[in-house]
Amino acid sequence: MIRVQYFARYRETIGVDGEQLAWQDGFASLDDLRNHLLARGGAWAVLAEQNLMCARNQELCGLDEPLRDGDEVAFFPTVTGG
Amino acid sequence: MAIRVQSETFDPGLELNALHAANRGIGAVVGFVGYVRDFNDGQDVAALFLEHAPGMTEKALARIVAEAEQRWPLLGVEVLHRVGHLQPGEPIVFVGTASAHRQAAFEACNFIMDYLKTRAPFWKKEDTPEGPRWVEGRDSDLAAAERWRR
Repeated sequence: MIRVQYFARYRETIGVDGEQLAWQDGFASLDDLRNHLLARGGAWAVLAEQNLMCARNQELCGLDEPLRDGDEVAFFPTVTGG
Repeated sequence: MAIRVQSETFDPGLELNALHAANRGIGAVVGFVGYVRDFNDGQDVAALFLEHAPGMTEKALARIVAEAEQRWPLLGVEVLHRVGHLQPGEPIVFVGTASAHRQAAFEACNFIMDYLKTRAPFWKKEDTPEGPRWVEGRDSDLAAAERWRR
């Protein structure tokens, strides 16, 4: 099982703040998970944005970060705090 | 180190004094306060909403502060960031750094703000006359953070 969260503009565009996905052997990295979501089409295309940021288990990481069953993943647009 | 994420406003003067009061070895305290502006990217801003990622936010800020503490001899650090609904003129963020001498405090404060801007999960949404809009990240913020890499 993978828990996915979406924040800010991505949450609004996709229309949910998160979801749970059954684990698949093809989920070697966060990018594999992202491609799986992109294949749904429609609003999910927002995840193709160049400046997308992501986190694994609440730590910022790159899309090449390895993924394991049970992980919590977040996708979000460039942060704008401060 | 103290890290606070809160919806309530704060008094920057009280935060600065508290940093200094903690340790008599402190010879320098530097404070940065960020405020909500009433104008951004060519539009009037009537109000601001700040979203964050609970859990991840505190971890990200702690990591940034820990890195600053490794780089500079700090005697105290406080990072306070507000979330939720804010009005123009209100303070959004406070970063305070304390050290024996000024240079470490100045540099660490600058570093923490540059990293907070690019690595802490906060997002601003502005109310403008044309409706609400999410603030986009700035390349200048990325460049500012990049200069600390080594």
